[in-house]
Amino acid sequence: MSDRIDSDAARAGAGRNLPPLRLHVPEPKFRPGDTADFSDFDIPLAGAQARPDETTQPGEMRDLAYGLVRVLDEDGAAVGPWDPKLPPETLLRMLRAMALTRAFDARMFRAQRQGKTSFYMKSTGEEAVSIGAAAALASDDMCFPSYRQQGILIARGWPIIDMMNQIYSNKGDRLKGRQLPIMYSARDAAFFSISGNLTTQYPQAVGWAMASAARGDTRIAATWCGEGSTAEGDFHSACTFASVYRAPVIMNVVNNQWAISSFSGFAGAEATTFAARAIGYGIAGLRVDGNDALAVYAATRWAADRARANAGPTLIEHFTYRVEGHSTSDDPSAYRSADEASHWPLGDPIARLKKHCIALGIWDEDRHAAMDRELAEMVRDAAREAEKNGILGHGLHHPMESMFEDVFEEMPWHLREQQQKMLDEWKAAGL
Amino acid sequence: MEGSRPVSDMMSEAVTEARGDTVQMNMIQAINSALDVMMERDPDVVVMGEDVGYFGGVFRATAGLQQKYGKNRVFDTPITECGIIGVAVGMGAYGLRPVPEIQFADYIYPALDQLVSEAARLRYRSAGEFISPMTVRSPFGGGIFGGQTHSQSPEGIFTHVSGVKTVIPSTPYDAKGLLIASIEDNDPTIFFEPKRIYNGPFDGHYDTPARSWAGHAQAQVPTGYYRIPLGEARVARSGEALTVLCYGTMVHVVENVVAEMGVDAEILDLRTLVPLDIGAIERSVRKTGRCMIVHEATRTSGFGAELSALVQERCFYHLEAPIERVTGFDTPYPHSLEWAYFPGPVRIREAINKILKD
Repeated sequence: MSDRIDSDAARAGAGRNLPPLRLHVPEPKFRPGDTADFSDFDIPLAGAQARPDETTQPGEMRDLAYGLVRVLDEDGAAVGPWDPKLPPETLLRMLRAMALTRAFDARMFRAQRQGKTSFYMKSTGEEAVSIGAAAALASDDMCFPSYRQQGILIARGWPIIDMMNQIYSNKGDRLKGRQLPIMYSARDAAFFSISGNLTTQYPQAVGWAMASAARGDTRIAATWCGEGSTAEGDFHSACTFASVYRAPVIMNVVNNQWAISSFSGFAGAEATTFAARAIGYGIAGLRVDGNDALAVYAATRWAADRARANAGPTLIEHFTYRVEGHSTSDDPSAYRSADEASHWPLGDPIARLKKHCIALGIWDEDRHAAMDRELAEMVRDAAREAEKNGILGHGLHHPMESMFEDVFEEMPWHLREQQQKMLDEWKAAGL
Repeated sequence: MEGSRPVSDMMSEAVTEARGDTVQMNMIQAINSALDVMMERDPDVVVMGEDVGYFGGVFRATAGLQQKYGKNRVFDTPITECGIIGVAVGMGAYGLRPVPEIQFADYIYPALDQLVSEAARLRYRSAGEFISPMTVRSPFGGGIFGGQTHSQSPEGIFTHVSGVKTVIPSTPYDAKGLLIASIEDNDPTIFFEPKRIYNGPFDGHYDTPARSWAGHAQAQVPTGYYRIPLGEARVARSGEALTVLCYGTMVHVVENVVAEMGVDAEILDLRTLVPLDIGAIERSVRKTGRCMIVHEATRTSGFGAELSALVQERCFYHLEAPIERVTGFDTPYPHSLEWAYFPGPVRIREAINKILKD
């Protein structure tokens, strides 16, 4: 008698009677040439989501991980319990920072096309995600951004000429020309060094928040990644740590639908929402209209207050759309429908906040047009100044020997030797 | 309150009093003492890792620390090495000085991205705005029948990475002094602890009874603060006939083989691989004219390859014989054939005979 516990009979039957197994490979709805049609896209009404108390247990607010927190309605009115009721000057500051971010992106994109630098990444359509959050955080709350949150630096008033110097990798670059354009580091703006490796910043933000809590500090941490890189192990390690130690951290997933050419289905969007990742970890999860600056502000403020009350971390999914290519090295017309962006049902974040301000009577079209002109000039002037420090590949870089600095605090013999050899070789070559 | 007692007193193994303020310690006790001293001196030092808190670590290296310094400074972590090192990077950015433990060096691979792309690069990519002053402690090496997932020597992976230091002690005295220097260092440091010699030196003969550190000169360890600078090798034995470059467990194996053979070898315990004490290596090889390299790690692209290249580049006209390498084989660490894999007395003896004849 055999000790095998699988059934030979069932096995034999399986071969004959069961359907063959199938592999599911996700496919986006629209490809190049298709007309994007979002008419079956169910947009929850603005103001319809309940707003629980900041200390609510994650298990009692699970529906918020599947809904969509929205404040601005179709007429530009702020409605419902999530309306942060911001004073006019805050609304206008946010609007200006969003417009400046867009103007900055436009100028730097053009600079790359003109050959002044190697690379650029726009955040068009996602300005509210950065600026709404920056407005809701304290200026010394530590940000661990991904590569498309330049709006945080702009909202925190970091000099745009320093951002440009970094993009041009010139002699004015605070990072000594070592980093790919847009991978800023700005300690004085509580903005962590950006990595090109995805989602590594997630556990780092949790660690920073744990340190702040262990020290009895009051500052919290916030971090951002794209929906595509929620698949990284770092994301899940970070969620586990954040949950285990109830770290005062806000974890933002910017769901802009596309990770280069891979639509969100390749990160699991066909099966569930990204905010719902929070549920398995016992973390509060919010899903937010990422093109609604007031909803982003309100959700961030809710999460920040929750963290400061020692009530634990929050995972926020910002549902938005990447209007432009992934980067200057990408051509989205090769993989997605050309009119997706213009048909995007949640609109444009700047247009929506502008409409709100006009509806409130604190803003008008003329002032907006004047502001856009002023910002374009400001960005142009800053770019001209930055270009005096050099553009990439035109010699005005940091000294050659600086390549060997900051590998270690003190330069060990092998790096000193390599540095000297390089200088000797260039000298011998008459350069 | 337990707080005022030295942590080493709380450990299960008895600590023998020695002269003055030194006591006899095994390597685990010396490491524990280093952590204790640094946690006492610097409130920024935090210890974290799997099982390191209440339990005190699977090898007991962190025993008593949580009791003494509290859970905010000594805590257990989830089982995710990526998370442990990522969190340590964030804590370092905050201003703390984390000492994460990776339970076995074989488990360090999930943390490689955080170590290689983050910790090691942070100072450089932020032009010094942010640093990662962590010291990653991890038991490494074979000789305990750990099979292929509890025996590896991955130091060569880290010496190949710019921005990280690699330190490997071979005695209790060095373990404490080097660990203190590593923790004080403002760069990320990989501190590999040769677990085969945690409890006693190993002469390479696996079939003879294990020895303890009792009576070993290098097991007399000061109870207080001292440091051994990173980047300084130790002459474990001075001699004229040949130079042997080694570190960790292999220092003791080589010492024993040399003694058994009656060869007048100079044995250099490198102690730090990056930064390397190239001056000590050059002085010794120029004196003896013969250079042998012994490590337990796999051979191809192992640290011995780098040592061999450096000696060739710098001491070629002093060499009287080809450089010899005795290393682990380019196979996984086999469980039942551990002692055929381990570069033990048989292979070291052969190599010494060859290099002296050449």
